[in-house]
Amino acid sequence: MSWAVNPNRSTLAIFVVGLPMVLMSWAGYAAEPVKLGLVLPYSAVYASLGNDITNGLELALSEVNYQVAGRPIVVLKQDSQVSPKVGLQITKKFIQQDKVDFLVGPVASHVANAMRKAAHDSKTFMIIANAGSVVLTRELCSPYIFRTSFSNWQPNYPMGIWMAREEGIKRVAILAPNYAAGRQMMEAFKEGFLANGGEILSEQYPALGESDFQPYLTNIAQGNPEAVFVFFSGADAVKFVRQYAQAGLKDQIPLYGSGFLVEGKVLSAQGQAAVGIKTALHWADTMDNPVSKKFVRDYKAKFGEIPSLFSLQGYDTGHMIIQALEATGGDTSDKMRLRRALEDVRFESPRGPFKLSRSHNPIQNIYIREVVNAGYGVIENQIIAVAAEALEDPGTGCDL
Amino acid sequence: MPRRSPPNPLPRPRHLDTAGYILIQLLNGVQYGLLLFLLATGLTLVFGVMGIINLAHGSFFMIGAYLALTLTRLGMPFAVTIVLSLIAAVAIGIVTELVTLRHIYGRDHLDQVLLTFGLILIFNETVRLLWGADIQSLPMPEALSGSIPLFGRHRYPAYRLFVTAFGLLVGAGLWLLINRTRLGMIIRAGASRRETVGAMGININLVFTAVFGLGAGLAAVSGTVAAPILSLYPGMGEEIIIITFVVVVIGGLGSLRGALLGSLLIGVADTFGKAMLPELSSVMVYVMMVVVLLFKPRGLFSRG
Repeated sequence: MSWAVNPNRSTLAIFVVGLPMVLMSWAGYAAEPVKLGLVLPYSAVYASLGNDITNGLELALSEVNYQVAGRPIVVLKQDSQVSPKVGLQITKKFIQQDKVDFLVGPVASHVANAMRKAAHDSKTFMIIANAGSVVLTRELCSPYIFRTSFSNWQPNYPMGIWMAREEGIKRVAILAPNYAAGRQMMEAFKEGFLANGGEILSEQYPALGESDFQPYLTNIAQGNPEAVFVFFSGADAVKFVRQYAQAGLKDQIPLYGSGFLVEGKVLSAQGQAAVGIKTALHWADTMDNPVSKKFVRDYKAKFGEIPSLFSLQGYDTGHMIIQALEATGGDTSDKMRLRRALEDVRFESPRGPFKLSRSHNPIQNIYIREVVNAGYGVIENQIIAVAAEALEDPGTGCDL
Repeated sequence: MPRRSPPNPLPRPRHLDTAGYILIQLLNGVQYGLLLFLLATGLTLVFGVMGIINLAHGSFFMIGAYLALTLTRLGMPFAVTIVLSLIAAVAIGIVTELVTLRHIYGRDHLDQVLLTFGLILIFNETVRLLWGADIQSLPMPEALSGSIPLFGRHRYPAYRLFVTAFGLLVGAGLWLLINRTRLGMIIRAGASRRETVGAMGININLVFTAVFGLGAGLAAVSGTVAAPILSLYPGMGEEIIIITFVVVVIGGLGSLRGALLGSLLIGVADTFGKAMLPELSSVMVYVMMVVVLLFKPRGLFSRG
């Protein structure tokens, strides 16, 4: 998926989070560090997503004191500005100049698509910690590209089935921003919904970054659907959900969506306007399992806030890299061996058992979450159903 | 899983539906247009009087929204919030003019564009430092948070009706200020014959400072009023400022009447574009601009 374009920042912030020298001396010998190059947004609207992924990753690395199989781990960060051009520049710099062992990122599908060729051609492992662009684990899949997040198809296809079968909804209006991720998500929803007797009354694709949804909302009211299904994220999600409530539609036509609609800091900005919205996603911070509870507790202790889905994806990215390095005894030179180690990674993630499909996309449960008032002014996503268990993206067109 | 009971709409006469629908979309367009008008007035005034292309106009829109956020959190009623953020933004505008713009009036437009672009970066970064990079939202004033039924099953947000009324009120106030006060007279004179005004013994620098402060205040007030509908983040001003430039160009640079007509045209065209020709909606306002400029190359109400 993609998160909008914000090209305003012209400065590139370069941070190097070095390893404390103390740890270096612990290693006993000057082991060559394993380098991770993070290509994530750290400025403007989507700064919080990049920061959440980084925090989650650092939490996982701090559990092993930034040290795997005798090799220290060094994290390099650079601001992608959610721009395919900048993202590609950073990617090339990380590969050629810093000679990183792993690229981590990005948030946006169009940035991921731009980075793909550079990673693939240089045989540099790229672990996608958010971008859901379906092609990267389908026809454009690569032995060197892995994903710890989701494909844009994954949450939306089972949601279509669930709404038609379990909610008994047959006539919906759908809306998403007009770009690849928005279109991919709506296609996936339709695939599940239409096959189960659903009917799409209207499809609307406002521009990414739209500020006034009122004309679209009037169209929805005019069509009088039984429900509305949408994908929006970031600032757009806040605007849409609030304007939907302000227009009085919240009490008339129930709103459903992709989980990003009401995730992380977006939800706190939406407040009461979001209560009652049901969405599909592969995790919720309220999930009742020991791994998830530990993750939320540790994250809160370290960073002073509740982790978001993006934090979780960063956390799992960390675990995946750690486990693969352990399996190869810290060896990153034998690409084939490292690839197999990454493919074989299995662990208990906060979202449930984590393993990858043949095309390198997570096989995971998709949960239905409902935004509720949990008391004491807390608004949160609670899981009300499982839409699909161990769901695998079809990976069409990928022959790995 | 509890099944929701599907709403059972009564069939309504089709033509009533369509008429109501068009009226509501028209209202949407007028309301959006008046919001643009609030922004466009300041932009066109600053250009008309000072000859400055102020790219940072959107920054004052953002500042107005963030000031409203802080004032609301301090427990101020919305009316007080509007007045206080207006005053604060005028002050910020005046300081900005004195410290930066004052020194480049003699230079050409490119230097001004460069300076005001730099201001955008500074303002965005300042907002990020003071309020953080996270997306935030301003709660709606309680009394205006509901929606009222209009034309059958449609409901209209009460707050948007307030924005419409507010835009008209500010427009009327500005008209009085420009046409019925001494300050307005000086502004009008300064806009058309700057040197003559100076020769008459009027301190033109003071007029420039006042006008820039007024422009900043107008942008900030529109930010304050728009904030409960939008989401707040550093850089939020840039998205709306582009369309505001289109409005000002269509209306004729420097013309208040042009700004009003341009705003309404763009508001309505954009709304109907989105509602009825969604595939073309993103080019709708630019098509409008091209058409207007073909027949009126200097805008609808260009001066001289």
